[in-house]
Order: sequence, then structure tokens, then C-alpha cells
Amino acid sequence: MAADTLVDIRNLEFAYGARQILTGISMTMKRGQVVAIMGGSGCGKTTLLKLISGTLRPSSGEVVVNGEAVHLMDTDGLARHRRKLGVLFQFGALFTDLSVFDNVAFPLREHTDLPEELIRDLVLLKLHSVGLRGAHALMPHQLSGGMARRVALARSIALDPALVLFDEPFTGLDPISLTVTGNLIRRLTDTLGMTSVVVTHDVAESLKIVDEVYFIADGRIAAHGTPAEVRDTRDAFVHQFIYGEEDGPMRFHFPGGSMDADFGLGGARA
Amino acid sequence: MVWGARVLKALASGFSHIGRSVVEGTWRLGYASRFLALVLLRSGLSFGRFSLVVRKVYFSGVQSLIIILVSGLFVGMVLGLQGYETLVRYGSAEALGTLVALSLVRELGPVVAALLFASRAGSAITAEIGLMKATEQLSAMEVMAVDPIARVVGPHFWGAVISMPLLAAMFSAIGVFGGYLIGVVLIGVDDGAFWSQMQAAVDFRHDVMNGIIKSAVFGFAVAAIATFEGYDAPPTAEGVSGATTRTVVTSALAILALDFVLTSFMFTGQ
Ligand SMILES: Nc1ncnc2c1ncn2[C@@H]1O[C@H](COP(=O)(O)OP(=O)(O)O)[C@@H](O)[C@H]1O
Ligand SMILES: [Mg+2]
Repeated sequence: MAADTLVDIRNLEFAYGARQILTGISMTMKRGQVVAIMGGSGCGKTTLLKLISGTLRPSSGEVVVNGEAVHLMDTDGLARHRRKLGVLFQFGALFTDLSVFDNVAFPLREHTDLPEELIRDLVLLKLHSVGLRGAHALMPHQLSGGMARRVALARSIALDPALVLFDEPFTGLDPISLTVTGNLIRRLTDTLGMTSVVVTHDVAESLKIVDEVYFIADGRIAAHGTPAEVRDTRDAFVHQFIYGEEDGPMRFHFPGGSMDADFGLGGARA
Repeated sequence: MVWGARVLKALASGFSHIGRSVVEGTWRLGYASRFLALVLLRSGLSFGRFSLVVRKVYFSGVQSLIIILVSGLFVGMVLGLQGYETLVRYGSAEALGTLVALSLVRELGPVVAALLFASRAGSAITAEIGLMKATEQLSAMEVMAVDPIARVVGPHFWGAVISMPLLAAMFSAIGVFGGYLIGVVLIGVDDGAFWSQMQAAVDFRHDVMNGIIKSAVFGFAVAAIATFEGYDAPPTAEGVSGATTRTVVTSALAILALDFVLTSFMFTGQ
């Protein structure tokens, strides 16, 4: 494994019971990169993030983060792994009974013995980096969707993680918040020297900020490359996804019986 | 013949339905026991941060105070009226204090306070934990290497266990005052006889202690049911509302059944 590789996933397989979700996934993420994972709804993107955070265990294959095998970790190992990991949930998952300030302070108070003045400075610094220092006294229900997402971002980077996982950070945001969030992910990755994995459907926004893109379809990696490579692709699936075409390898219709049979058409009516 | 086959088929499906319910019920019971064991095992961590438990004593105890006090007063006043009605027929109206106090301390205090507590605080605990789960707050905590059972469930559990005996004691105390208001102040039973007969008849170990034990057991049951239903709730709006209802119904049944068992051990043959 090269020294600049942070996440190394090899031949990953995962199934919920009998239902195969991911098959033969291999990907590497270098330090300092923003990597996007794209694919249709339900193709297993969130599952992949859970495998990286160690919430789920693969049926076979390896997940290696910073040289340590996540899929083999015991409870203590996972706790250590997760202290160096930030996760941004789809809708932020802020603690509704804590203020913005206390939300961002939460990981610091749980995992460090820092004095309260220092925590205060750190929290305000993190909030400042997402542009919400002024909102520190608000409660989560007083925030707009975009603001809540940014507070959650500040919380996920509170302990200066090496790796941050973003689950659909752009969903439900207006165009301005969307650009703000996208630029924020890029800027924080660069200034804090972290690595970001962004799961998203938003092609236009993510192609602007990422270093590398993986496309997942039917639980497999359908294509991967830099944004420039992906834009010029001849791969039919990627082309369909990027340009949002209705017809292509991905079908609009869920597979089912033939139309004739369902509508009782054709001669062979019983 | 066709008829017989149909009956057999209905029987078979009936049996398999019963079998499935039994298996599912047993599985859930096992799951609940494992959950309770985890809560108890990790309560050291919850108690280590005692301010969290105190906050939950406020959440479930102090918030239930009004309904407990008002109900206790009315129950005591009704006991005063009904008790006087009956006792005066036998010319022993001075025994009213004994009747009111024993009814409250042994039975009505623990039972009615627990029923009220289950509907006021138990449902709130289930709703809060269930909503935290549905909005991924518990998952967010877990992936921050903070154990939600120790951090969220444990304090709720112990908050309820601590509150319940205190609330039952207040219920009984204000109930006795209600009986006094009706019996002595309104109807005119002799003041001295009311209190002195009560003092002579109510035994601390036999009556008061047993009442406290009862309310502690009920508190434990309500706390276990409410936290489990919240933790186990399907992460949707219907899931949480269904769990809240189940908390109230299951707690009520558990309280009444436990009351019968406890009473039969505590107050027979003397
Ligand atoms: N806990 C679960 N049990 C069974 N199936 C699940 C579970 N969670 C997700 N799935 C299924 O796995 C597939 C992938 O889910 P997910 O990774 O959440 O997709 P997405 O790419 O939209 O994030 C979906 O089809 C979903 O129905
Ligand atoms: Mg998802």
C-alpha cells in the first residue's frame, strides 16, 4: 500500500441476509483527496459508508484505513478508529436537546479533558470555519436545513479527523447552500489536511469539487476516474448518469412481467 | 372432501400463525432482556456523569409532579367521602384516618402514581428515545464512539427509577391531606382521633416500607418498558407513535399484574 493511501478497500462483498448489496468493490482514496461515490438510490452507498465506519462488517474482503483493518477491529479498536473519523449524516442528525454550541462541543467533552475555556475557543473556531459562529446560541430547530448541515459538519470535524464521510450532503439544499456546502467540503479538506468521501447524486456540484469519482451500479463499481475523464466517458451508464438521461442501461421501469400479461392484452387471454 | 381439505388448510395456517407469534414474542423478550442487561451493565458509566441522571430526574419526575399532586389530592378526597359513608354505618368514623392512610400507602399511592407516571413520563421517554433513533441521533453518537445506551438510555432509565418512589410518596402524602380535608374539615370527624388512630395503625415496616418497595418495582418496570420501546421503535413516525402507545399499555398491565403478585406476598395471613 502506497504511503499516501488513506483508505484501501479490496474485493468487498456485503449482503443483508440473502440479499447481495455490494459485490467486488475495490477502491483507494489518497490523503488530501475529495472522493465522490455516485449511484442511484438504494444501490448501497450508505452501506458502503457504514462498512468504512465499521458499523457493518463485510461478508468478505477488506477495509483498511490508515493501515489498520477496520473489518477485524474489536470494540476498543472501533472506538479508536471512530475518534479519528467524522461522519456527516444525511440530515445532519444534530442532537435536538442541545444548542448549536453544545452539539459541536459534544465530541470534545466526551473524548477530551480539555478545560471549558479551551473547548469554547475550539467550538467557536469550528463554527467560524463553517460561517456560523454567530449562531452558536441557537437550538437545532431554529436552523434552516443548510445551516443544520453546516453545524453538523462543524461537529464532525471537531476532533480534527483524518477522514470524513459525507452521506448525501447536498440533498434538499437550495442552489446557494449547495454551492456553499460543496466549497466548504473542498476548502476544509485542503486546510485541515483531511480526506473526504462524499456520497451524492448531485453530479454538477460534486464534479466541481472532487478529485476522483466512483460510480456504483447493481452493487458493483461501474466506472471510476477524475472528473475530466468521467465527463468525456464513452461508458453508457456513466454517460446516462452524468447527463441525466432517461433511457440507457438504467431503466425507468422496475423489472416485472411483460406489459401484455399485466394489462391482459394480446390474444392469449385465459 | 374439498371442504375437509379447506378446514385442514385453515387449521394449518392458524397453527403456523400461533407458532410464528410465539417465536417472535420469545425472540423479542430475549432481545428486551439483553437490552436491559446492557443498560444495567453500563449504568456505571451513566452514574459517572451524575448530572445527566439528575437532568432526567427533572425530565420524568419534576414534569410529572403536577398531575401526581392533583390526582393524589382528589383520590384522597374521594377516599374520605366513601370511607366516611361506610364507616359511619358501623359507628367507627374515627377510623377514617386509618382507612385513608392504609389504602393510600399500601395500594393506591404506588399503583395510581405508577399508572400516571407511565402515561406522563413513560410515554415521553419512549417518544424522546424513539425520535432520537429515527433522526439518526443515536447512530451519530455511536459513530462518534459514544455509547448511546450509556449516554442516553441509562440516564433516562435511572431518572425514572429514582423518581417513581418519590412521586408515590408525594401522592400518598397529599392523598392523606385530601382525606383530612374532607373527613375532618368538611364532615367534622374528630381531629385527634383521625391522626392518632392513623399513627397507631400504620406500621412503618409493614405498610410504608412495602409501599416503597412496590413503587420501586413499578418504577423499574416502567423505566425498562419505556426505554426499550423507544430504543426498539421502528425509525418512522408511525413506529414512534406505536411504541409510545405500547409503553402506556404494557406498563399499565405490568403494574397491575406486579401489584397482584407483590400484594399476595406482602399482605396475606396477617
Ligand atoms: N438494515 C437493512 N436491512 C435490510 N436491507 C437494508 C437495510 N438497510 C438498507 N437495506 C437495503 O440495502 C440497499 C442499499 O441501501 P443503502 O446503502 O441505504 O442505499 P443508498 O445507496 O440509497 O444509500 C437498499 O436496497 C436497502 O433497501
Ligand atoms: Mg443512503
